[in-house]
Parts: sequence; C-alpha cells; structure tokens
Amino acid sequence: MTQAFDAAAQQALLETRAQMALELARRLGADACEVGASVDQGVGVSVREGEVETVELSRDQGIAVTVYLGSRKGSASSTDAGEASIRAVVEKAIAIARHTGEDPAAGLADAELMATELPDLDVHHPWPLSTEEAIELALACESAGRQRPGIRSSDGASLSSGEGVRVYANSHGFLGSQRGSRHSLSCMLIAGDEGGMQRDYDYTSARNPRDLLAPEKVGESAAERTLRRLGARRPATGRMPVLFDPTLASGLVGSLMGAIAGGALYRQASFLCDRLGEPLFPEWFSLQERPMEVGAMASSPFDGDGVQTRDNVFIENGRLASYMLSAYSARRLGMQTTGNAGGARNLRIEAPLASREELLARMGRGVLVTELMGQGVNAVTGDYSRGAAGFWVENGEIRHPVEEFTIAGNLEAMFKGLSGIGSDTDTRGSIHTGSWLIGEMTVAGG
Amino acid sequence: MTASRRSLIDEAADCLLTPGGLTLDDLDLGLGHALGPGIDYADLYFQRSWHEGWVLEDGEVKEASYNIDGGVGVRSLAGEKTGFAYSNQITADALAETGRTASGIVRSGSRLAVAPRVVVQGDARYGGVDPLTGLSAEEKIALLKEADRVARAADPSVSQVSASLTGVHEVVLVRASDGTLAADIRPLVRFNVSVIAVRNGRRERGSAGGGGRYPMSRLRDEGVAERFAKEAVRQALVNLEAIDAPAGQLPVVLAPGWPGILLHEAVGHGLEGDFNRKGSSAFAGRMGQRVAAKGVTVVDDATLADRRGSMSVDDEGTPGQCTTLIEDGILTGYMQDKLNARLMGMAPTGNARRESFAHLPMPRMTNTIMLAGQDDPADILKSVKRGLYAVSFGGGQVDITSGKFVFSASEAYLVEDGRITAPVKGATLIGNGPEAMGRVSMIGHDLELDAGIGVCGKEGQGVPVGVGQPTLKLDELTVGGTQS
Repeated sequence: MTQAFDAAAQQALLETRAQMALELARRLGADACEVGASVDQGVGVSVREGEVETVELSRDQGIAVTVYLGSRKGSASSTDAGEASIRAVVEKAIAIARHTGEDPAAGLADAELMATELPDLDVHHPWPLSTEEAIELALACESAGRQRPGIRSSDGASLSSGEGVRVYANSHGFLGSQRGSRHSLSCMLIAGDEGGMQRDYDYTSARNPRDLLAPEKVGESAAERTLRRLGARRPATGRMPVLFDPTLASGLVGSLMGAIAGGALYRQASFLCDRLGEPLFPEWFSLQERPMEVGAMASSPFDGDGVQTRDNVFIENGRLASYMLSAYSARRLGMQTTGNAGGARNLRIEAPLASREELLARMGRGVLVTELMGQGVNAVTGDYSRGAAGFWVENGEIRHPVEEFTIAGNLEAMFKGLSGIGSDTDTRGSIHTGSWLIGEMTVAGG
Repeated sequence: MTASRRSLIDEAADCLLTPGGLTLDDLDLGLGHALGPGIDYADLYFQRSWHEGWVLEDGEVKEASYNIDGGVGVRSLAGEKTGFAYSNQITADALAETGRTASGIVRSGSRLAVAPRVVVQGDARYGGVDPLTGLSAEEKIALLKEADRVARAADPSVSQVSASLTGVHEVVLVRASDGTLAADIRPLVRFNVSVIAVRNGRRERGSAGGGGRYPMSRLRDEGVAERFAKEAVRQALVNLEAIDAPAGQLPVVLAPGWPGILLHEAVGHGLEGDFNRKGSSAFAGRMGQRVAAKGVTVVDDATLADRRGSMSVDDEGTPGQCTTLIEDGILTGYMQDKLNARLMGMAPTGNARRESFAHLPMPRMTNTIMLAGQDDPADILKSVKRGLYAVSFGGGQVDITSGKFVFSASEAYLVEDGRITAPVKGATLIGNGPEAMGRVSMIGHDLELDAGIGVCGKEGQGVPVGVGQPTLKLDELTVGGTQS
C-alpha cells in the first residue's frame, strides 16, 4: 500500500506552477504577486488492542496566490493545482484586489531582503516504510505499554510518516523551495481503579526516522505516565509555586511569542505592546531563534515573505530585545522585518539548568503540572487561568497525583517569577526547553 | 419531497461528477474497487467547497480571500478495521486507485456486491443555496464598515475594531455499498466583531458574532453588524471594570445560550459512540443509569432550521435527527455513525461528520441542547449566597476518560446575596462531567440557542456545531481565579 513520492519531480512541478501563476498575474495586470504551493504525502496507521484499526494514505496539495494592485491586496487558493485551476485562482485574487481598500503597508518584502543563501538544511529524510512495517512498529509500541500491570486497555498506538515539498515565489524573482519529512509514533493507554479511569500518552517525533525513540520505549513511557495518574485527588486551594513539565513550558514560550508577534502588536492585542528593551524575565534568561540549524524541526533559510531568516535574540539577559515581525507587521509598526513571516523557527533557551530534583527541592510545597486543559490565556491582558493535572509536591518530593484544579496568574508576573529551568529539555518540537519553575500562582482545587 | 431530493442529487452530480466525466452509474464501479475481498462496507464521499472571507481592520477591508477545495474520500470497512484514501481528482482513475488502496486493509474474505442505489431523503433543514452570492462585494464591505462605525461610535475607549464576514458553500454526495445515495448543499455564514477598549492604561477585548446555514443577505437583513458591534463593545467595557476572579469551589449560574458549551464538553463528547464502543468514556456502560440530576434532559438535534450545527443528511447519508441523550437525568442514547452503531448493535443516529473528504467520519455532535425547566431565571440568581454568574465563554476541553472538563469564561460576574455585584476577570471553570451534571439544582424556563459561532475539534478535525440551554445553576464547581 505504499505510494511512490518523487520529491525532485514534485519540486520541479511546483516550481513550474508557481512561475506560471506569477506570469499569469503579471499578464492580468497585477503590480506584484506572491505564490505558495505545497504537496504532502503520507501514511498513517493506528492499532488498538493488538488489532489494526485504520490505515490512511494522505496526499494533500494546494496553491495560494496573493496579488497586489497598487496598495490593494487580494488572495485566493485551491487544492486543485491544475492549469485551469491556477488561472481561476489568479483571476479570483485579482477580482478581490479590485474591491479591497488601500493599505499603505501592503506589498512584498523589500527585494534586497530576499534570501540568497539557500543551503540544504537536512530536513528531508523519507522513510521507505511499507504499511505492514508501519503496523508492526505501532503494534510493538502498544504491546510494550499494554504489558505493564495495571494498564486496563488501550486507546491505541499510531504511526505516521510523511514528506512534502513547499515552494514560495514572488515577483521580485525570488523562488525558494524546500523538501521536508516528519515521522511520529504515539501511544495512549487507559488504566483504572475504584476512583475511575485515567488515560495518558507519550510520543516520539523527528525529521529523520533514525532519531525516533524505540517503539517499546514510547509504549512503556505511555504506560508509566498513565499509571502514575491513578489515585489522583484535588490539591488544596492557595498560592504556591508551580513547576511546568517541559511540554507545557514550551507552551509558555509560545504565549510569549504570540504576545511579541507583530500582528498582535499592531492590533494592540498584546500585553507586551511598547515594551521593547524592558526587563520581562530574570537576568539569567535569554531566548534565541536558530532558523538555520541543520536537521532541526522548523529549519528554513527563508521565511513566508521570502526574506532570509537569521538568528534572532528575542529575550537577552531578561530584557525584551526584539519583537517577532514579518514585512507587513514591521511596516505597520515602523520597524524592520525580523524574518519571521510564518512564525519563529527553532527557539532555544540560554539559562543555567537545574535537575528535576533540584527544582522540586527549591519548590518545597506546590504542584508539578503535567497536563493543561482549556484555552484560558488572554493575550490582551496576559491573564492566565487553565485547568490542570499533575502531582502534589511536599518537602521537595512528589507525594501523589492531583487533578481537577486550575492554576491562575498573569503571564507578566509568571515570567518575572521564573525561578528555575530544568535540564530535562524536550527536543521533539521546534521549541526546546526544560521544565519551568514559576515562583507563585493561585491553585484552585478542593 | 422525492422530486426535490432527486433534483438535489442531480445538482450535486452535475457539480461533483460531470467535470471529471463521471455519472452516477460509474460510482458502482468505483465502489467495487473499494469493496474488495473481506470488506463489509465501503463508501465514496464527494465534496466541493467554496470559502470566502473578508476582514476589516483600521476601518478598511484590507484583506479578503477565496478558497476552492474538493475531492473524493474512499473508505473501506472490515469489522473494526478502516482503510482510507482520498484524491483531489474526481475521475474514474482516481476512484480505482483510492478504492484499491482503501480496500487493501484486508486481503482475504468474501467479496460483497454493491447494493443497488436507494436515494436517502433527509428533510431539508436549510435552503440549498450558494450563500456567497447573496450580497455583492460592495455590500459585504459596507456591512463590515457599518460594524466599524457603530463600534467606534459606541464608546470613546474603543481603540481597535476588527470585523470579519465568512461564508462557505459546500456540495456533498455520498454513495455507499449498502445502497445509500444522498446529497446535500450546505450553506454556512458567519459575522464577527472584535474590539479592544483602552481606559487608564488598561486594555481589554470584547467580541461577538454569529451566523448559520443561510444566505449572507440574511446577516444584513437581521442587522448583525450593528448588533454584534454593540455587543462586542459592551463586553469590552464590562471587562475594563472586572476585578480578579475568586478561586475555589463555588456555586455557578450559567446564562442561557452559548454557556451550553458546558454540556458539549461535560457530557456531549462522552456520549459519542466511538468512545463508548472502546470503553474509553467516563459514560461507557452507563446506559439506563442516572448520569445527571432529575430534570436534566439533553438532546442532540440536527433538525433545527438553518442552525450552524444542523444537517439534512450526515456525511454518511443518514438523515439528520433529534436524539435524546439524557432524559430526566437518565442516560438514554449515544450519538452514532454507521461503523460504531453496527459494532455496538445500535442504529446510526445521523451524527457521522467529517471536516472534509480528506478526513474520516466520526460520531460528532450537531446542535447539543439542554431543554428548558420550570425555574424563573431571577429566582435562580436570588438563590445564590456567594457565587459566579457566567455569561459568555471562550473555549472548552474535556478528557473523556476521566470526565474532567474545563471552560474559560470571557464574561462573568460575582453574585453576592442573590445579586450580581461586580464583573470578574475571565476564569477557567473545571469539573467532572457526570459529577457536575449531578449538581444541577435549578433549570430556568428560558431556553436559548447560541448565536452560531461554535467550532468543535476532535482528533484534529473541526466541524461547526451549535449549543443551547436555559439559565442553569450548578451547586458547586471549581472556579480558577486568582483571589483565594
């Protein structure tokens, strides 16, 4: 059931289509134009209780065109990239641009900022995996988890493997293309006791299949994470330190990035408007972006505007050193783009790291949070209130699981109150960080 | 009815099949590929959608976009196994290739025949119109500018206004090996206003919006630009005055309408067939048992006219219906698609939904509603010594296995001695579904449906949904404020 994917041929095809769209837009009277095109293909299998549950083959493609008529803008896109469809998309984008209002900030990024250095960042590692092999790996993963005493049932293990090509081109003559791959294996298990059922999961994810954890490790870890939740109680209500597990700490970095993103700033929809240069974190904390890191999850030499990406320092010794801007948001703010159209790529923290034990000891009495629920982060005010589950910590030691409580505070106070970062760095995503110890938050439980 | 359904199928076939040189008769051949050895059910799902969005910022409509999506999803089922493949092309070759791929999930067993087609007639729950053509581009822009003008005029503290108008025109056709042939044309429109108000250095957001399955012109005729602009400003001004929310366990009164998202999270997801078949729901195996307080009746109703979550037929071609999930506190029904219904020995309930042809259908909610009770809403508030009155919410989430749910208030008030006193900052509420439903102590007679803004996410797939409820009192829920 494998399907062939000729990345080189697909890349050539997308480049041709992008050029065709640019040429058509020019002929139809557009003053400037930009085109994004992509093709992705993958296989996903899931097993449950030792049996195959689903086998899915996916193949997605799309082309998106933005045209400018003077300072008016129109966009259109389609999942059909045939010649007739490209023509329809360009025509529709132009028709829209005839109706939208003048926007002095609209337009392509400046031509001299276009990426010229386009190295291979080693992010394309196809996995020649048959469906049968994919099923075997998922079964091995689930089986390792199910074997653990106490695991009652399984919610399944899934393996997905995909690769794709994306192309961005604009009427400055810039054309960038990049091939990429992503593979992941996850497992979710269920355990139960008289207090009810609990489930949890774990996963491994990488650009290169060689970097995935062994299936058995993922299954065992999912079992471990599920079993440790049994017997959860509600914690006491009060103000106390909160330790965020690495996966959740990366969410805090995400909230920070959302608040210093140009789009939020020019809309005044951020609690960090007009704060450049001010101390937001303790002096020992810095946050950097490494978009050209070889083999990393979000590496790319060019951003969504075609601008050359660069190493950025967003937080330097605790101070807000830079906003995160695209060409458009930079113009709106009267600043220069930071090469971040499409977001941040590979965020890395520079700070003294402490072991989990050290952080727990520093915390004394509080909660270690391993799961957050809901969307209670207000980017405008920084107010933070989310549902949580995790562990009660007393005298620097984990005592018992806790659930059905909330943690609340304000991001600004939480960032200021950051009092330690763990050495348990999670490297699976594009944000690499260890646990974060926040000095004090309000815990609402029983 | 039969005649109009026939023509609906012809209309869908003209839109979906004809461009690729296919006829309805060719679908039997296509299904044959998906109904390989050992496959006991297969279906083809054809879809085309046109999406349009207009966005106003700084008083100007600076951005608008248009998207065309379409293709066919082919699914083969064998017992609990599902094989799935899809293609952007709707051609005989694509059907053969995706069909063979999907049916490869098993390779042995008997080969079933495709049942002769039977047109499934669902009663029309909305007009089969293209909602995008209801207004001209100029009229769409004028509507957005009106919202901007009204919001800015409403209060001097309003510093930013953004408004959006979106519409989707979707045509679907389903052909299944059990004989099903069904089609649907689904309009969906939405208007949204969001404002930022600034006073004394404090900044707060307010937002309002709504829509449904009808032409865009109805948004204008109903005056949504003015209504949602005023509502968004009102909410922002309330939030400018908000004090820190309390933390701990408190009685909570939910306003009617959109706060029904609590039902969606606390009980809705837990009653979807797939989770119960797999035993992973906190409600699994509790059919016929008490899962909520007396007086609590919850339905999932796809049949409401023109509502955001309504469906004339679901994405497997089963007519939309009204399913009673909880009756007077007793669990009476699950929401089912064909796969889970068959495996559980139950009947499908018209709840099979998928984000698109490129996604697998699953049992999903449509419009989930708690029916009205007897209590006067004023009496409900009066009964609270110290608690929270929650009027509007952002998003929610549930862990269906432990039953824990959360949702975040975007407008809430402190209630003291039976009176609303001060607005409080958005707080997250957390509880356990079955437990919280047991703590419903008063149910208002003022059932309201939401304005039409809900999007439900499950396994990465988003679908439009509706919720509704009367004023409701829960004796105790954990409120996640900062004032302990």
